[in-house]
Amino acid sequence: MRYLSIVLVLFALIATPTLAVEPDEMLSDPVLEARAREISKELRCVVCQNQDIDSSNAGVARDLRLLVRERLVAGDANDEVLAFIQARYGDYVLLKPPFKPSTYVLWFAPLFLIFLVFVLGWRVLAVSNRPRSSHALTREEEAYADQVIKNYQKGDRE
Amino acid sequence: MTRFLALVPLLLAVVIGGFFLWGLNPERDPNEIPSVLISQAAPDFSLEPIPGVAVPGFAREDLLNNDKPVVVNVFASWCVPCRAEHSVLTNLVEREGIRLFGINYKDKAEDAARWLAELGNPYERIGADTNGRTGIEWGISGVPETFIVGGDGTVLYRYVGPVVGDVAIAKFRAALTQAGVLGTGAS
Repeated sequence: MRYLSIVLVLFALIATPTLAVEPDEMLSDPVLEARAREISKELRCVVCQNQDIDSSNAGVARDLRLLVRERLVAGDANDEVLAFIQARYGDYVLLKPPFKPSTYVLWFAPLFLIFLVFVLGWRVLAVSNRPRSSHALTREEEAYADQVIKNYQKGDRE
Repeated sequence: MTRFLALVPLLLAVVIGGFFLWGLNPERDPNEIPSVLISQAAPDFSLEPIPGVAVPGFAREDLLNNDKPVVVNVFASWCVPCRAEHSVLTNLVEREGIRLFGINYKDKAEDAARWLAELGNPYERIGADTNGRTGIEWGISGVPETFIVGGDGTVLYRYVGPVVGDVAIAKFRAALTQAGVLGTGAS
């Protein structure tokens, strides 16, 4: 039983994300291949949309992996490869949305909400820390209250 | 200031609620990827004809200088929905006189030729995209996909998936009407 658990832990330790990259796609140059992997992580598979193209088995993902490598071999910089694919598939193909006017809401909304939470929290705390204003009764009010209480007690006895 | 802050939760609820309302709209397809091609010039490509098929190949030049918009359909013999879509496209060609060009995506020539011989060939031109590279130029995510390209080569519309079933056909016909291919009175 102990051995089994050790084996299971070892398996868990060596578990790595599965890659769909097939040996025949890989470049012989390890530097270029490493760059291709880096670029692939940035690119969304357009068929199975929450996977990067590195881990997707879809046909189009494979084509894009090949295209990335082809552009790299042709001498493109990483940015140029991404721009090449972005020109054909749009911003949606990038897993990290670009920073531009149409995505300002996306980028700034979390910051704005955090800011709002701080402002609101500060206001709430400031209000609750403030000493309560005392509402002492005036003499007339005191007399009136006494009267009311007396009347009530009287009515209660009857 | 305090008055205004008191309104903030309500304001947030309205904004977030509005977002939910938009998100829950059954008409919205969250998987839809907007095409960058719309209103852009058709991409650059040049495809050879399929050997054994009697229609010519297909390049970007064939999309420029047309007197009316053409429909560009990406299909393959191995694609089952394409088979269903084929009769819809054939109908549009035969009854409405639309011009239909085809991109034969990642197909074997003999398979494509057999498929067209069996089902009929409504395509005016077919380009063989054997390595799928032209598909990438068009930004497709799979087959079938159908584009409407204006007479000057501007991409007007993209339909992802088979144009099959009443809803899809109505949508596609509406796009054709808007492109000026179909008359408004046609049913």
